Amino acid sequence: MSTRPPAAVRNRYKDDSRSEQEPLDVSVVPAEVLPGAARVDVNRAPGTSGTQDGARAVAVLGPRARLWPALAAVYRAQLSRARVARIPLLFVATFQSVGIMVLMRGVVDGGGEARAVVAGSSVLVVAFVALNLLAQYFGQLRASGGLDHYATLPVPPAAVVLGAAAAYASFTVPGTLVTAVAGSVLFQLPLTHLWILVAVIPLAGAALAGLGAALGLLAPRPELATLLGQLGMSAALLLGVLPPDRLPTVVQWARDLLPSTYGVEALGLTFEPDPNWGVVLLDLAVCAGVGVASLAVATWAYRRAAVR
Amino acid sequence: MCVVRDLTKTYPAVRGRRGAPGTPEVRATDGVRIDIRRGEIFGLLGPNGAGKTTLVRQLTGLMRPDRGSVEILGHDIVRHPERASRLLAYLGQESTALDELTVSLAAETTGRLRGLDVRSARGERDAVLEELGLTALASRPLRKLSGGQRRLACFATALVGARPFLVLDEPTTGMDPVARRAVWGAVDRRRAEHAVTVLLVTHNVIEAETVLDRVAVLDRGRVIACDTPSGLKAQVAGEVRVELVWRERAPLDVPEVAALRDRAVESGRRWSLRLSPEEARAAVAAVTGGAAFAALDDFTLATPSLEDVYLALGGSAGSARGLVKA
Repeated sequence: MSTRPPAAVRNRYKDDSRSEQEPLDVSVVPAEVLPGAARVDVNRAPGTSGTQDGARAVAVLGPRARLWPALAAVYRAQLSRARVARIPLLFVATFQSVGIMVLMRGVVDGGGEARAVVAGSSVLVVAFVALNLLAQYFGQLRASGGLDHYATLPVPPAAVVLGAAAAYASFTVPGTLVTAVAGSVLFQLPLTHLWILVAVIPLAGAALAGLGAALGLLAPRPELATLLGQLGMSAALLLGVLPPDRLPTVVQWARDLLPSTYGVEALGLTFEPDPNWGVVLLDLAVCAGVGVASLAVATWAYRRAAVR
Repeated sequence: MCVVRDLTKTYPAVRGRRGAPGTPEVRATDGVRIDIRRGEIFGLLGPNGAGKTTLVRQLTGLMRPDRGSVEILGHDIVRHPERASRLLAYLGQESTALDELTVSLAAETTGRLRGLDVRSARGERDAVLEELGLTALASRPLRKLSGGQRRLACFATALVGARPFLVLDEPTTGMDPVARRAVWGAVDRRRAEHAVTVLLVTHNVIEAETVLDRVAVLDRGRVIACDTPSGLKAQVAGEVRVELVWRERAPLDVPEVAALRDRAVESGRRWSLRLSPEEARAAVAAVTGGAAFAALDDFTLATPSLEDVYLALGGSAGSARGLVKA
């Protein structure tokens, strides 16, 4: 009698709150009937090799999802999100790049500069989607507790990160193709070697998506993840699209540090009549190396974000 | 089957910044000790901020405790948190990871990530969606569904890829009666057929009284009681709750009513009293006869609920406001 119910508690019986009253007749088994529910035959429990003493019985662990099937499942699920959420953003990425090329048309006068602009604009689509959008996605997922879903499933961290990164890299394919073709037509560049995009998109995609995932998962707040993603994309825009010869030395160094630069260089070289394939391969190898490293960091960041 | 000993987790104090006051150190779980038996539906009941979700996160391997032990089906979850995901299915409060997927793909993907191959993931997906009456919604994205439907779809993903232990954090929030019935029907079937154990986090005392075998009442990170719902209620069996609703205001000129006022918790024209049966009889006689009756709009006598248990156990009265979610 010492305590009294406070205001919020006591109206329950009078309020016509049907949602509260409803479950009264829901359960098939009333709780009182089953005080010995623990006596249910333990041997029937799935995956357990039990004795009567449940606490001492060591259960067989459920199956673990293997890397590749899990990666495929995450990839497919992420890809399906494009239908719901991503398509408008793909248009934005493509329009942005095509618009930049149209603007630059009055500034550059063919030759090496035109190649740099077209290559930079094409890879910019990859930077927009794989770096910026993926950083935002993981930032929001982490902040909202959405990572708990994956963290309570027996799935390798690499499968979640790689699956999402691969899906975001795939989102860039149509936009990058459209931009590269439109740019080549606009600046009268040969379309002969555009097949190199088959290598550029996945490798630049891996490098930038890994970076985006790592930024999104490491940022302490989702706003910060968004900001870092935007900054990364702005860097790719400025350092990738502007012809390097016109940039000050310090900025050129920064350009060398950005992984997207090597994708831009590789693509730009193939617009030449007789490309130096050795350098193209070297550039792509740098992309691949950065991709492996950044995806490894992203996987580590995921593990760290999932268990707090 | 699930043994928790001395589980303690303290959130560090946050220093205040400009415009935002700091928060002191919070002990979210404080020496929690729980034994859950196989095949039972075990409840965690408590107001907002009592430590229910923190406790569940430690049981599911999502959070490392500062000290203490968690053993699930013979496995040490503190030392091997990654094993939790192979022993239990967890339904958290957030669905952001699934929101943009269709119901069908969310269930199938979750099944595959629980280690099923494509064929069995699809088979279980179809069976679970059918069981929960979600087949008609299978091709709709989760975020286009109503809150209750989305919750049910998330519950479906928790069932694909059977696990011997289900950890459900407020599974029926926002659900209509049909969906609730589907949830508890599915739980009961799994319990009867496979002796599946359920840990249920809930705010809803009526649901708790109905479905739980045993319940632990949490307050400020501590277990303040643990028993069957009827066992807990027996602790306050000597009391009756009397609710009085006056038409406009209480007739305080009637001496009996004026005497009751000291013991009532008032909320507008509503009074709530906890009395012994004799006192309750006298009070009801007083208000239903004579002058007070004209001013009386409605009255109820109720036997104690888990809510009264919570209050009688000394649960902090201020935080009990969060115990029942409207």
